[in-house]
Amino acid sequence: MSLLAVEDLSVQAGPLSLVDGVDLDIRPGEVVALVGESGSGKSLTALSIMGLLTEGLSVTGGQIRLDGTPLTPARLQRLRGQDLAMIFQEPVSSLNPLMPVGAQVAESLVAHGRATPQEAGREAVEMLRRVGIPEPERRARQLPAELSGGMCQRVMIAAALISRPRLLIADEPTTALDVTIQAQILALMGELAAEAGTAVLLITHDMGVVAELADRVCVMYGGRVVEQAPVGPLFAAPRHPYTAMLLRTIPRLDDPPKEELFVIRGNVPSPRDWPEGCRFRSRCPRATEACRSRPALEGDDHRVACFHPMETP
Amino acid sequence: MSAAVSLRARSARALSWWPAWLLGLLVLAAIFAPWLAPMDPDRQNLLARLKDPGFETRGATYWLGSDELGRDVLSRVIHGARVSISVAVLSVLLSGAVGVAVGMLAGYLRGWVETVLMRLVDIFLSIPAILLAIITVAVLGPGFVNVILVLALTRWPRYARVAYGQTLAIADRPFVRLSRAMGAGTPRVLWQHILPNIAGPLLVVATLEFGLMVLFEAGLSFLGLGVQPPMASWGAMLSVGRNYIATAWWIATFPGLALFLLVLSANMLGDRMGDVIGKGR
Repeated sequence: MSLLAVEDLSVQAGPLSLVDGVDLDIRPGEVVALVGESGSGKSLTALSIMGLLTEGLSVTGGQIRLDGTPLTPARLQRLRGQDLAMIFQEPVSSLNPLMPVGAQVAESLVAHGRATPQEAGREAVEMLRRVGIPEPERRARQLPAELSGGMCQRVMIAAALISRPRLLIADEPTTALDVTIQAQILALMGELAAEAGTAVLLITHDMGVVAELADRVCVMYGGRVVEQAPVGPLFAAPRHPYTAMLLRTIPRLDDPPKEELFVIRGNVPSPRDWPEGCRFRSRCPRATEACRSRPALEGDDHRVACFHPMETP
Repeated sequence: MSAAVSLRARSARALSWWPAWLLGLLVLAAIFAPWLAPMDPDRQNLLARLKDPGFETRGATYWLGSDELGRDVLSRVIHGARVSISVAVLSVLLSGAVGVAVGMLAGYLRGWVETVLMRLVDIFLSIPAILLAIITVAVLGPGFVNVILVLALTRWPRYARVAYGQTLAIADRPFVRLSRAMGAGTPRVLWQHILPNIAGPLLVVATLEFGLMVLFEAGLSFLGLGVQPPMASWGAMLSVGRNYIATAWWIATFPGLALFLLVLSANMLGDRMGDVIGKGR
C-alpha cells in the first residue's frame, strides 16, 4: 500500500486555478522526483501535503491520505515533525537568525515534547555529526549567520531527519547552493533517508539530480501531472512530448560538437493564460484539434496524459 | 598610539550613549531613595515652611528649599522618582504585554482574529487618551495601582500596532514556515521564533513610551487623578507648587526639572536605539 496518496488535488488562489487535479503516490522508502519548470505547481503540491499553504491559497478539491487515512489539519499538526518533514530551498533564510542551530535541529523533538531540552540537545549534536558538520558541539551553539550556506543546508537536513520521519519532502534543496557542494548534499540526503527508511518526495527541475536519486518520476506542467513512470523507462522512452523535450534540454558529453543546445520554445504560460484542454498544446509540435479537450492520465506503471504520445521504440 | 586612539573612540562611543547613563542614574536614585534622601520626605516642619534653597535649621539643610508644609523638596524629588519610574515601568510592562500579545496574534493568525483585534485597536486609538483616563479614574478611583491600570488601558494599542506590522513581515519569512514544518504549534512559533525577531523595534517603542508614561502620570497627578498625597509625585508637586510660583519658585521648578531630565533621557535613548536597529537592518 502506498504511504502517501494524493488524489485529484486542486489548489486555487481565489478563482485562479494553480494546481489542477494532481495525482501522486509514494510507497514507503521510495524516492519520487517531482519535476517541472517554475510555476508548474510542484511546490504548491508539496506545501498542500504539509498543510502549509500561505494565506490566500487553499486546497479546493481532492484528497491527501497518509496510510490510507485523510490528512486533517489536526492530524497534520501531530504528524509534522514526526512522520512528515520538509526542507526548503533557501538554507540560510530558512533558519531562525536568533536561535542557535543546535536548538533548531532539536526543534521537532522539543515541539512534540518527545525529549527534554537536554536530551534533545545531545541528539541534535549527534545528528549534526551525522550530517558531516565538524566540531558539532561548538557548531550547535552558533547562530546560522556563523555558518556557510552548505552547512546551513546540512543543518536543515539534520533538523528534518532527527525525528526519523517516514516521508521527507525536499523542495529544491540544492538550488541555492554552490554547484560543487550540490552533489554532496544530495548524496548525504539520499544516504540518510535510505538508512532511516524514509520516503522522499524530491522537488527539482534538474534532470541530472532525478537520474541520480529517484526511483520514480512525476512530471508536472501547468499545474497538472503529465507523465508518471519509473526512472529507467522514463529516461529511456519518455511518452509525453513535454518530457521528451525536457530530456533533450540536458546537454550530453557524446553530443556532436558545435550543435546548438536544445530549448523548448516559449515560456510556461501564466495560470491566467493556460489553454483549454491540454496545457502544453501551445508549445507542443504534435498538437492537433483533439488536444482541445483534456487528456486523462492513463497507463499502469507508466502513465501519461497525452493524445499523441511518443512512439515506444 | 593606537591604544590611545581606540580608547578615545571607545569613550566617544560610551559618551554617545549618555541618555542611557542619565536614565540609569535616575533609576539608581529611585532605587536607593531612602538612603540618598537627606530627610523623611513626608516629615512636616511647620516652622520651616517655604524656605529658600540652602536654608539651614537645627543641623539640617534644605538644599532645594522646603514646601508649604515645611517638607524637604530635595527628599521629595528623590522619592518622587520612585513613583514616576515605578508607575512608568509597570504600565509599560502591562500595556506592552497586552499590546504585543494582541498584535502578534492578529498578525500571525490573520482572518477574523485579525479583523476583530485590529478594529478594537482602532476604536481605542480613536478615544482621546486623557478622556479615557479621566473616565476610568472616575470609575475606579485614583491611586497608585489604578494609575498603572489606566495607563496600560490607554497605551496598549500602540504596541499592538507595531507588533502587528512586525509580525506580518516576519510571519512570511521561510524560517517560520520551517518551524511549522518541524511541528511547532502556534504558541511555540510566536514565542520562540517571532517574538525574538521583533523584539528590537518593540524595545524602541517601549523606551519612548516610558518617557510618555512618566509625563502622563505627572499629568494625572497634576490633575489630582493620580497618586494621592502624601505620596510624593512630581506631578502632584508641580500642581501644588504652581500656587506658590511667585513666592517660592523652587517647589515647582525642581520636580519639573527632574521630570524634564527623565523624559528627555528616555526619549533620546529610544531614538538612539531606533537608529542603531535601523542601521543593523
